[in-house]
Amino acid sequence: MILAWLIILLMGCGLLAWLAGRWSDTLPRIISLAGIAVQLLAVTWLWFNHQQGNGSGKWIASYTHSWIPSFGIQIKLGVDGLSLLMLALTSFLGILSVLASWKEIKERVGFFHFNLLFVLAGITGVFLSLDLFLFYFSWEVMLIPMYFLISIWGNENRVYASYKFFLFTQASGLLMFLSILGLYLVHGQHTGVYTFDYEQLLGTVMAPQTAFLLMLGFVIAFIVKLSTVPFHSWLPDAHTQAPTAGSVILAGLLLKTGAYGLIRFVLPLFPQASHQFAPVAMVLGVLSILYGAKLTFAQTDLKRLIAYISVSHMGFILLGIYAFNVMAMQGVVMQMVVHGVSTGALFIIAGALHERIHTRDIGQMGGLWSKMPKMGAMGLIFVMGSLGLPGLGNFVAEILILIGSFAANETLTVIATIGLVAATIYSLRIMQKVFYGKEQKQWTVADFGLREMGIMISLSVAIIWLGLFPAPVLNLAKSAVVSLTGSNNKMVQDKPDRDNSKYPITNHSIIGVSVIRENSLINQINPKAPIKDDRTGY
Amino acid sequence: MTVQDIESLLPMVILAGGILFTMMLIAVKRNHRLAFISALLFIAAAIAAALTQIGEKPHAIGEVVVVDRFGIYYQVLLLSATFVISIFSYISLERFFPNKRKEEYYLLIMLATLGAGMMAVSSHFISFFVSLELLTISLYTLIAYYREREKAIEAGLKYLVLAAMSSAFLLFGMALVYAISGTMSFAGLSAITPSLSSSGILMLVAGIGLMIVGIGFKLAVVPFHMWAPDVYEGASSPVSAFIASVSKGSVVAVVLRLFMMADLYRYEKVMLAFIIIAILSMLIGNLLALMQNNVKRILAYSSIAHLGYLLVAFIAGKGMGTAAATFYITIYMITVIGAFGVITVIPSPGYEAGGIETFKALFWRKPVLATLFTIFLLSLAGIPLTAGFMGKYFLLTAGLGKSEWPLAFVLVVSSVIGLFYYLRVIVTMMKPDENSVSISPSISGSSLGGILMLTLLGILVVCLGICPGWLIEVVKSLNP
Repeated sequence: MILAWLIILLMGCGLLAWLAGRWSDTLPRIISLAGIAVQLLAVTWLWFNHQQGNGSGKWIASYTHSWIPSFGIQIKLGVDGLSLLMLALTSFLGILSVLASWKEIKERVGFFHFNLLFVLAGITGVFLSLDLFLFYFSWEVMLIPMYFLISIWGNENRVYASYKFFLFTQASGLLMFLSILGLYLVHGQHTGVYTFDYEQLLGTVMAPQTAFLLMLGFVIAFIVKLSTVPFHSWLPDAHTQAPTAGSVILAGLLLKTGAYGLIRFVLPLFPQASHQFAPVAMVLGVLSILYGAKLTFAQTDLKRLIAYISVSHMGFILLGIYAFNVMAMQGVVMQMVVHGVSTGALFIIAGALHERIHTRDIGQMGGLWSKMPKMGAMGLIFVMGSLGLPGLGNFVAEILILIGSFAANETLTVIATIGLVAATIYSLRIMQKVFYGKEQKQWTVADFGLREMGIMISLSVAIIWLGLFPAPVLNLAKSAVVSLTGSNNKMVQDKPDRDNSKYPITNHSIIGVSVIRENSLINQINPKAPIKDDRTGY
Repeated sequence: MTVQDIESLLPMVILAGGILFTMMLIAVKRNHRLAFISALLFIAAAIAAALTQIGEKPHAIGEVVVVDRFGIYYQVLLLSATFVISIFSYISLERFFPNKRKEEYYLLIMLATLGAGMMAVSSHFISFFVSLELLTISLYTLIAYYREREKAIEAGLKYLVLAAMSSAFLLFGMALVYAISGTMSFAGLSAITPSLSSSGILMLVAGIGLMIVGIGFKLAVVPFHMWAPDVYEGASSPVSAFIASVSKGSVVAVVLRLFMMADLYRYEKVMLAFIIIAILSMLIGNLLALMQNNVKRILAYSSIAHLGYLLVAFIAGKGMGTAAATFYITIYMITVIGAFGVITVIPSPGYEAGGIETFKALFWRKPVLATLFTIFLLSLAGIPLTAGFMGKYFLLTAGLGKSEWPLAFVLVVSSVIGLFYYLRVIVTMMKPDENSVSISPSISGSSLGGILMLTLLGILVVCLGICPGWLIEVVKSLNP
């Protein structure tokens, strides 16, 4: 029941904030902050409860209530480690985006927070749904308020950007809806039970071609959300034009719903078809990494530049998901969290800069460090994060993905690694152009204030903590990841190179492990895996 | 006629009595409000009478009329729609109509509803045709009612010519079917047709084909849609709402009944014609709507597309298909009445709002109205949390259940196209207000009632979007 309340709470606070906006500008902010804070508390409570071992079985908590029984539609919510992590990220970034827009949004504050909270409610719904109909429902609920956020409070070209965002996601979403209905009917015709229940639909027997087509519907929706090349073109526009809070939520959370969908729905529901599709998906992933990085070089608009960084980083996620092993998947989960944190931070910095100097053109910036040392320092941390500096969370994530996918496909992984080099160059370019170098104009600007420093410090604490002590996060997600990947590999018995162990890390990855000499880290990820015994003779 | 016959037709009898009474009332004293209240009371009484019939067993009067749950459901639906539309009509007449002869409007709208309600229970070509004509002839006058506006006259004339022609087609089709089968009742048709020779079947299909022309015209599906945008634009908003909801809803009811009772789903050629009509309507309706700059015209084209969607369920056939079609038309009626209601109530100088520019910055001038309009538009677009999404879901399930993949695919593609123009209106409403000088007159007392009604419709749309279970159960229990 607590899960249902999480969603109702956000929606209720949203309505309240809208009403409160008629009388005061501060009240909606406080209401939203309080609402999301309560969500964060609830999520933390669930987390600790779980770690004390109260949660048994697959789900830490679940809730079922009938909705439209004549179609087998339920309100079925469930949370496991993976969704709990995503929820924590949601409420964390939610609080930060309210704080970040505290000064930026001056008009129609009530309606702004209404939309913000409804997006968050939709995202929460996506991460919690265990009923495919409910999942699609939440998936769509995210869109409209996001569309409003971009088209009302966005920058100069907001109408075009919001159209593009909406049509891309809506069109792909409808394809997924067709697939969901197809799956529903196939399952119903086979078993006589017409249901949208995720757990019952698992293991639906169907012809390979049917499975592949149905899977494509899901995959298209998710990789559009994940902004994989060639479906990425909505993302730079939407990110650039959205207000800061919108960009943070888009980059930090909406993109993750795509990855989450792939992990939660596509792999378990269509194991065979996913294996067939894996080479294509991995190529698309690598393509996104490299093409995203290449386009990042070319950008002069700071927000657009950060947006392309997201494209590149999401490529790693796609690569890792289709590697079908626990290590890569752990990296993917890690990447989802740290990308949310680091890109969120970069967007907040870009937003703060835009608020101060009213341009996003990095050609007009330069030498800002002397004016704003605090902002510069913070910028440095997150730029280093995005290039994957060891000690920050991004490094852990990317290295895990690369090791994991090396086991699955060596060539592609080697090519993907080039992306890391590219990341170094484009990240340093940001620092050089914005904070170092010659001053292009005589800006008179204020440095970060107390509120903004608070936001940035919490973000940097998060990313350093994730970089140094990733174990709690990885442990939390482990059982979910193992069961999601494991079930996938178990079902595909005809693939001899993948079924020989429960933790299919082959010798290649062990080379990788010893190279980076972080055995303890890997042990935390995977204590049962035979890493440290006789085979690690290197 | 036995007492039971009259009892089962009581809603329609009350409505007919109401028409006579209101006519007398107008003869005695001309008063707009009086006529309006009298009409509302009689419609409400008719709804109440229909509601008491729900538990009754199906009752057939000869072969001409059959009053069953299906028919009663549609009667309640059509009467309720007229009830709401009457309220908007009152506002529209008060605001835009010269101060003379407003009262007859209610007679006409009740007459048209009488035709529509009878059509929902017809089970015979004669009753079908007579009630259709009653509806159509009242509509000619209603469309041209604002007779001092050129566009209204033009629209009325256009509707008159085309509707008369389509009636001729319908009549000729009926004659052909009668010539070959010797029966005019829907049920009789299904009993006789299996014994026909192949050339007889051909005649029958040709007759049905001609009837499709007539029906297609009333539903305004492609390629019989040409009149819709002009008529919607020319008529006043409540009348446009009436055409989009009551007129189309009653035709859907009778067509569903005809196809179920006569079992015309057997004829592949007939179904093929409907498949083509559905695909064309969905695509062309949505594509043409993209180019419009008048919200009433946009709604007209969207209505073409929506009837195309509905045909997907209709083609899916018995059981699920019928339920889905009924569910969809119910939701469409609620939504489209709401949308036209907003257009009626929106304050605008001169004549009622229509051009998309009159909606600019509405979000900041009239937030409540704009929010309601957004809800209705999103429901038309089929976005979750609104009823339209559930409707579309039901359609797709029905279509896919019969493996109509191409139709479902076209439905999805065309509803994405449709999003463009719904969003365009919403975006216009959200544009910042440039001229802060308020040109709009303040909202009068009568408009307040309209806003209240619209709020109720808006709540209904959202409620049905969140928990449609009860309506689905009701719709599934109907069986013509």
